[in-house]
Amino acid sequence: MSDADLKLYLDQWHQDLDGRMVSFAGYSMPVQYEGVMAEHIWTRENAGLFDVSHMGQLIFSSDDSSIDIGVELEKLLPANIIKLGVNRLRYSMLLAEGGGILDDLMVTRREHDFYMVVNGAVKHEDMAYIRENLNDAITLNYMEDHSLLALQGPKAGYVMKQLIPTTDDLFFMQAGSYDWNGVKLWISRSGYTGEDGFEISVHNDDVHKLADALIQYEEVKPIGLGARDSLRLEAGLPLYGHDLTSETMPFSANLAFAVPKRRREEAGFIGDVHILKQFADGPETLRVGIAVEGRQPVREGAIIVDDNDKQIGIITSGGFAPTLQRPIAMGYVPMALSQEGTDIIIQQRGKNIAAKVTAMPFVPNGYRRPPKAA
Amino acid sequence: MIRYYTEDHEWIEVENDEATVGITDYAQGQLGDVVFVETPAAETILAKGDDAAVVESVKAASDVYAPVSGEVTDGNEALVDDPALVNNDPEGEGWFFKMKLTDTSELTALMDEDGYKEFIADL
Repeated sequence: MSDADLKLYLDQWHQDLDGRMVSFAGYSMPVQYEGVMAEHIWTRENAGLFDVSHMGQLIFSSDDSSIDIGVELEKLLPANIIKLGVNRLRYSMLLAEGGGILDDLMVTRREHDFYMVVNGAVKHEDMAYIRENLNDAITLNYMEDHSLLALQGPKAGYVMKQLIPTTDDLFFMQAGSYDWNGVKLWISRSGYTGEDGFEISVHNDDVHKLADALIQYEEVKPIGLGARDSLRLEAGLPLYGHDLTSETMPFSANLAFAVPKRRREEAGFIGDVHILKQFADGPETLRVGIAVEGRQPVREGAIIVDDNDKQIGIITSGGFAPTLQRPIAMGYVPMALSQEGTDIIIQQRGKNIAAKVTAMPFVPNGYRRPPKAA
Repeated sequence: MIRYYTEDHEWIEVENDEATVGITDYAQGQLGDVVFVETPAAETILAKGDDAAVVESVKAASDVYAPVSGEVTDGNEALVDDPALVNNDPEGEGWFFKMKLTDTSELTALMDEDGYKEFIADL
């Protein structure tokens, strides 16, 4: 931990719960409380409470009624924003001119504005880049006075419903404004664990009260960054700065779904020329899931080699999957080797480890999706 | 038998020129849940400071160094099937390897139990 690290509003709260604090994204953050394995399994079976207040919460608004913020955001993001309904959220990316991914994010259309959550480690760069490329008639607000909590797990819905009964109406990727005993909360049914759950934006003055209220439920335990990482890896979700970088383009990152058909046809977003070319040509490498044989985890930076020990790919995330009790990884392989079931060789500290390309998520999602229309 | 400790959080228990090596309770607490251990094979010759074993937790990999020079006589096979022994009994059943020392005078550079307790209290 460095002295320069910012403190979360719940800093003392985490320490009182025996959170082990580490430096992450410029903040002092809890990496674990009772242990990564126990916290991971608790989240998969019950509900975990995460403090992710290091993430950047942004609001896009405009006083000019002739400005369509959705249209303007489509110049920045490759997502289908103009068709996004009110109180609906979507995964998207901030792209460089050359098509590389500068960050990945969630964007929500609200009644009068747009709400965006970006990664903590790059939020200031994001804001500068967005401001530089955004219509001046749109105001960009950084919600520094708000914290962000995530409640994740199969029992998250039950707990949230006890706290605020009307949240039961939310399905995956829906959001809304809620009143909790006079405290205003912005709640999204979303998360980064593959489980059902919520992300709750709350004013710093109220975050302590909310965290206390949530932790009162016997279904809820505080969960640190360690388990957050192993949970998202099992869910097959990429981590910016590791699985995605400014060198990665969306199709290679296996995020084609985030550049929908209309946007491919119409283009008109930063990086479009390069991204559409990659779509037409097909990417050279693809982010895939990897099942590692044996028990030894492979880590970020381990290389994927061919039969002659020549590097052909790289591991971008890897670890031990507590749910599966075996090592799993994510990495980039040549397209020809990206088919499920393909045998690959990983080299780590001079040792060859057998592995197989496999489908993601590694653990089935538990999202609460809306019932299918009859 | 005398037990010594290193600044890398290993313990080494010595009887004559035979020693058992493991990691301390403090070390296992810092590592968290151990999911994989690779111990050296018998007859491996280790110089003081050499990489001797690998211990991996959910989150990260760490090397275990040879605290003194010698020849490995046994690696703890039980850790292959049950790496959590390192968490549950780090200074007992969770030992890593046994070795025959080449130079017992190297032991004088190590800490005793009280010295180690002071060392970790300052961390």
